[in-house]
Amino acid sequence: MTTRFAALLLAAFLLAGITAPGQARAGNDTIKVGILHSLSGTMAISETTLKDTMLMLIDEQNRKGGLLGRKLEAVVVDPASNWPLFAEKARELIEKDHVAAVFGCWTSVSRKSVLPVFEELDSLLFYPVQYEGEESSKNVFYTGAAPNQQAIPAVDYLMNEMGIERWVLAGTDYVYPRTTNKILEAYLKSKGVKDKDIMINYTPFGYSDWQSIVAEIKKFGSAGKKTAVVSTINGDANVPFYKELGNQGITADKIPVIAFSVGEEELSGIDTKPLVGHLAAWNYFMSVDTKINEDFIDTWHAFIKDDNRVTNDPMEAHFIGFNMWVKAVEKAGTTDPDAVQKAIIGVTVPNLSGGYAAMMPNHHITKPVLIGEIQDDGQFEIVWRTPGMEAGDAWSDYLPGSRDLIADWREPLACGNFNVKSGKCSGSK
Amino acid sequence: MTAIHAPRILRPHPLPAALLVLLCLLCLPGRPAAAATPFDQGITLLAARDFQSKAQAIDLLADSGDTRARSILTALLAGRLFHVKKTGALVLAEKQGRAYRITGALSGTAEGTVRKRALRKVTINNRLRRHIKAVLARLDLTDPDPAVRLAAVNAMLSTLDPGSIGLLTKLRAGEQDPRVRDALATAIAIGGLRSSDSRTRLDALAGLDGNLNPAVRNELVQLIADEQDEAVRSRARATLASIETRIAWSGLAETLFFGLSTGSVLVLAAIGLAITFGVIGVINMAHGELIMLGAYTSYVLQQLLPGSVGLALLLSVPVAFLVSGGVGIVIEKTVIRFLYGRPLETLLATFGISLILQQAVRTIFSPLNRSVASPAWMSGMIQVNPVLSLTMNRLTILAFTALVFSGLYWIMKKSAMGLQVRAVAQNRAMARAMGVRAARVDALTFGLGSGIAGMAGVALSQLTNVGPNLGQAYIIDSFLVVVFGGVGNLWGTLLGGLTLGVANKFMEPWTGAVLAKIMILVFIILFIQKRPSGLFPQKGRAEA
Repeated sequence: MTTRFAALLLAAFLLAGITAPGQARAGNDTIKVGILHSLSGTMAISETTLKDTMLMLIDEQNRKGGLLGRKLEAVVVDPASNWPLFAEKARELIEKDHVAAVFGCWTSVSRKSVLPVFEELDSLLFYPVQYEGEESSKNVFYTGAAPNQQAIPAVDYLMNEMGIERWVLAGTDYVYPRTTNKILEAYLKSKGVKDKDIMINYTPFGYSDWQSIVAEIKKFGSAGKKTAVVSTINGDANVPFYKELGNQGITADKIPVIAFSVGEEELSGIDTKPLVGHLAAWNYFMSVDTKINEDFIDTWHAFIKDDNRVTNDPMEAHFIGFNMWVKAVEKAGTTDPDAVQKAIIGVTVPNLSGGYAAMMPNHHITKPVLIGEIQDDGQFEIVWRTPGMEAGDAWSDYLPGSRDLIADWREPLACGNFNVKSGKCSGSK
Repeated sequence: MTAIHAPRILRPHPLPAALLVLLCLLCLPGRPAAAATPFDQGITLLAARDFQSKAQAIDLLADSGDTRARSILTALLAGRLFHVKKTGALVLAEKQGRAYRITGALSGTAEGTVRKRALRKVTINNRLRRHIKAVLARLDLTDPDPAVRLAAVNAMLSTLDPGSIGLLTKLRAGEQDPRVRDALATAIAIGGLRSSDSRTRLDALAGLDGNLNPAVRNELVQLIADEQDEAVRSRARATLASIETRIAWSGLAETLFFGLSTGSVLVLAAIGLAITFGVIGVINMAHGELIMLGAYTSYVLQQLLPGSVGLALLLSVPVAFLVSGGVGIVIEKTVIRFLYGRPLETLLATFGISLILQQAVRTIFSPLNRSVASPAWMSGMIQVNPVLSLTMNRLTILAFTALVFSGLYWIMKKSAMGLQVRAVAQNRAMARAMGVRAARVDALTFGLGSGIAGMAGVALSQLTNVGPNLGQAYIIDSFLVVVFGGVGNLWGTLLGGLTLGVANKFMEPWTGAVLAKIMILVFIILFIQKRPSGLFPQKGRAEA
């Protein structure tokens, strides 16, 4: 009897001895924050910076005394630009590491891959990249731009300010460009643009042989009407594209190209002389002239220990998303996902361009839209901005299927795709 | 314009005259324009923040007749015009390392170097850029250089109005250069098309047959749509048809050129593989990474030789050959040598090597892409006619491919080494019996193929991103070309690559880039079913 008791005691002791330090880390002392960005593979180019941004923000918050009296602890995993691996790593973060929230993903396909995991385990994901819309999940907060916060204002700018009448919609062949171009095509037609004045073109990922497509654009643009290219070309393929434009003598004053995926980070790797005057539409540029932005850049340079590093739009999205989460946790008094979800709607935090971002009931945020022209130093000169803030629209008003849908995660509706015509909430609840 | 701006501008130039103007401005704040010349007004307006005022400034400068206006507008267009933040002085700035060397824009005197923070750029947008170009074109019409005049006339073609047509008609009388005269004639003919007299319109049409200028074509389309007079309309139709035919031919030539240049890139990437895979039968999955090493070599050389982009690129051709060739020989000596005759193991081992090389590059150079600058002689294009232009970088690479191919062909057919390589490939045992050191030949052959991959990398650095994933993009295409062309045959690789390139470019306009690629793949699969050994099967290659 006693030996048995002793053995039990010993076992309990051992167990406690083994688990105690682990629990101390996972348990009450720190709040864990998951960072789910690819650090290797094709997307590492863009996502590594966002990992560093998150580390910097967490570091800053800890310096201010942490959150709810506890320190924050970053848990970094590497999904290696491998979409199924994103789901595995997300599960690992939530189930094994018990993170309070996850900040991550870049491509839409990676977000779609982790979505079921977050819904099943009821955790939170902050997604910082501009995307095609047509989605609103209870567990995801979209801090990047929806199409109405980037693509549509950009087209408006070209149409009204620059008098563009002919449109080339060029994109990489995957979901974001395809959906965005579908929305834009419908939008242009609603503005009276004819079929023959729209040219749509898709190319594979990492495409580099742009000569015939650029020649086609040149031909399309020589028809007497003012022509512009709306580019959803992604990542690597942009450099040879712009190079070919330069070589074939297409300058910004002849056929301007407005890009939705080219930011400071992408330009830092290339010679921008031939690109001067081409445009980009974002919700933030490093050249934004505000005090808060200067501070952000200084903090970033100090953290990364390199004064030549640039800041970009998705970094601002993480800045906003992280601060919103912090504020919501403080408001709710707990990191419990359900409580935070309720608390975060309506939370308002400063953005870097001198305004405020608010979390809307559809889990999208308000943003200003800025149009910038590329300068020869790789920065953007802001030539236009929306007078006020645009609220992100999860379901586009220009697509037949999604026109009647709205998303509102407040009680009693609490639905991501409520059909206002039929009065029904279909799909995930 | 306000009197507040004026002193800021004038302060650095305390000339007596300027002082007088300043005094005038101060005592007559309501009428500053009366005292300042249009040129001064323009300079003052340039300091305004809004683009509207800047547009006004540009007009004022252009119409001022001041000799300095041209250089200031050119600098503004090039983005070299700055204000010194402290004094508000207008300066031309030239980047020098991290600092800027500044010169007074009005005085032309050097004012030393300053940091970028001390300067504020005079920013312009696309609308202003177009405006400046139009204004400069007008100034350029009387330039002594005929090439400049020609460019100016061509720039004006798309925005002709009655005023500019009158101006061009006047200029034509005094013009000597035949090309400029032609361009002027086109402009005047376009003016004629807009005349209200149908006789004049007919005469104008006669001069436009086969004129490929896009402005002419658009004008004709417009004319046919609006024309009331049947005679003029049918004549316009005929003219348009003649233009369309010429455009179609030019389009064909253009597509052919695009196809050949795409093909030449394929050949360049594949030809090294034709040696390693074709001659010694090694399935080298690391071939793409050897290409990547070549591309990085040109990047490193450009970093080592800043300022001489062209020289660095030329030097990187032999250096990349040595680097990739050296790495190739090391791979052969340490790994592949032990795996001859075991294709599956070779494939896996070289795939592993490719991952190691990629990660090594990622660790050394960071996962970010690196930019390799193009020398001046590789950018821009040769304009054959208004609708057909050949880009210089593609032409250069086409020539480079021809050079590499003929060099390689010579080595394989005429040199002692080539003889040994062929001997070992055909009958290893017999070659060894004749005293050929087969192991050494294997290593050299592998090194040669790898070195050529490195040279391909130098060429590719001019076309695409230099990054760790560069090689992966080309490995599949390279194998396709070699298999399609016929394993072990250099001519097969050349013809195979060019055929695939041309086929791809002819299909692309109909199918789009994505589908064209798929169709090529399907075609090759079907082709290989019919002819398993490719276009040029190697005869008498008994043992494999």
